Amino acid sequence: MSNPSNLRYTASHEWVKTEADGTISIGITQHAQELLGDMVFVENPAVGRKLKAREECAVVESVKAAADVYAPVSGEVVAVNNELDSAPEKINADPYGAWMFRMKPDNAADVAALMDAAAYQVVVDSEAH
Amino acid sequence: MLIFERSHPGRRNAAQAPHHAAAAGGPSTGLRTGIPAALLRQDRPQLPEASEMDAVRHYTRLSQKNFSIDTHFYPLGSCTMKYNPRACNTLAMLPNFLARHPLAPEATGQGVLACLYDLQEILKDVSGMAGVSLMPMAGAQGEFAGIAMIRAYHDARGDKGRSEIIVPDAAHGTNPATAVMCGYTVKEIPTDANGDVDLDALRAATGPQTAGLMLTNPSTLGVFEKQIQAIQKIIHDAGGLLYYDGANLNAILGKVKPGDMGFDVIHMNLHKTFSTPHGGGGPGAGAVGVAQRLLPFLPLPVVEKFPSPPAGEGAQRAGEGASGEAVSYRYLTEQDLPQSIGHLSAFSGNIGILLRAYVYARMLGAEGMHRVAEFATLNANYLMAELHKAGFTVAFPQRRASHEFIVSMKPLKDATGISAMDVAKRLLDKGYHPPTTYFPTLVPECLLIEPTETESKKTLDAFVAAMKEIRDEAHATPELVKGAPHTMPVRRLDDVKAARELDLTWKPTANTRTA
Repeated sequence: MSNPSNLRYTASHEWVKTEADGTISIGITQHAQELLGDMVFVENPAVGRKLKAREECAVVESVKAAADVYAPVSGEVVAVNNELDSAPEKINADPYGAWMFRMKPDNAADVAALMDAAAYQVVVDSEAH
Repeated sequence: MLIFERSHPGRRNAAQAPHHAAAAGGPSTGLRTGIPAALLRQDRPQLPEASEMDAVRHYTRLSQKNFSIDTHFYPLGSCTMKYNPRACNTLAMLPNFLARHPLAPEATGQGVLACLYDLQEILKDVSGMAGVSLMPMAGAQGEFAGIAMIRAYHDARGDKGRSEIIVPDAAHGTNPATAVMCGYTVKEIPTDANGDVDLDALRAATGPQTAGLMLTNPSTLGVFEKQIQAIQKIIHDAGGLLYYDGANLNAILGKVKPGDMGFDVIHMNLHKTFSTPHGGGGPGAGAVGVAQRLLPFLPLPVVEKFPSPPAGEGAQRAGEGASGEAVSYRYLTEQDLPQSIGHLSAFSGNIGILLRAYVYARMLGAEGMHRVAEFATLNANYLMAELHKAGFTVAFPQRRASHEFIVSMKPLKDATGISAMDVAKRLLDKGYHPPTTYFPTLVPECLLIEPTETESKKTLDAFVAAMKEIRDEAHATPELVKGAPHTMPVRRLDDVKAARELDLTWKPTANTRTA
């Protein structure tokens, strides 16, 4: 599965999608879900929480490991995907469809400054030693 | 299968039932207990009803399903599954140890207290710390006690601004969990390409907010942290304290003392390094050792020796001082250590485990402690070299292994689709307990292998041969490996379903008498 070109990415394997209303949806990448394996638990941040860029704000737990999810940019959490509470496996089945939480970024330029799909692919390849 | 599921209403086990209870006939009648009738239960307890032979067969079968150090090589990385000498069990189960009530007067228990005191002294010596408390009942509780002491130390000095504990990303998951349990924020720092702590990242993460650093050395990557002196200086200069996670103490036992590396507090997993029974959730013992400045905060009770004979009715003479004078032992309490972080259990830790560790330490002596570290490291390095020679991918081939090392199955997975988990399951069929899988998470498709010092070269060679066989099978008959284990009482479990739909509650069956 290739990484969609309309998304932005972080080195810690989050994807970021800018929605029509200017908010951003955040999930974890195909590479991240593949490394972690079958998801069993997702913990999302509280709606209304103010996050700084790179702040740990969510947890995904698989049968192998628990991993932190980081805020890609600074901003406020405006929504979380409650479907994942009972169906965390959606992250495995459709990583780029299963958004975890939405933020209102403090600065839209921060999102544009994140990696594009090609740059992120370089990060993934460098990890595959 | 629980013994409850073997229950048949009315079946009795005469050998196990006190005759007066069997003669009682009905709920709680006829018992001469002196307990007022109003306080006696009127309904039967929910106990299984099984014959003696049912019970014997049930437990014998269960024991046969066990894959244990007594039956198989058990190279479970980071767990130090070494042989538990039978002498330790035998001596810890001497009748007078077993019969001692925890509330009996100290004067009548001088022998037990003398053993515990000596164990504290031995642990002080091997760790290089100024004081030891044996009270934590598991490694995790030892960690909790250690960080709670760091917190108590900063608080006692009025140093309230320290809110962070630094934890390297190679740490056991219990480290960040402990820090959070003690009210700290965790700051994770990365590991460099050699498996050492990234010093620049450590410097950047350290400051007036730093309460301490939790470090495992050798690390979970199976390498000795060479920069430990620089690390301790960075933390101490910032006013923080150093916590030593003793999970991997077996590698350096009797060789290097954490106290000499500058650590302020350490927990020691006696169920690993001191060879007490281990696995299946306990019982464990996570003794804590501290440097001078943390002595006032040790968890209670701690045993102390006094230069006077024990007093009181039935007092035992427990031992002698250096010049033959009588000595006595007693537990220190809050009166003695008012700043203690307090008690961690109702009485005095897992005393049966502590006695086993004491016997083990006395059997080894100071000389034997050296051998533990030497042979544990030799076995690990031999096994690593043989697997490397056989073409397996070792994570840090340029580094000497400590007591454990990492092999990555990534090349095999890329070539055949067979994962580290598949290999682990197939090892069961070959008669080996699998190594730790997928930990540490820094290395993809990893197996963390710790042979311990108690295995022979022959066993290690056979393990290498089994690994080669499995690799051949992965290429020739991958379905065989994917379907493993084939010979165990249970096949591959649905661990995803088990994690998603936790079911930890026993439910009565038709044969269980519930009233």
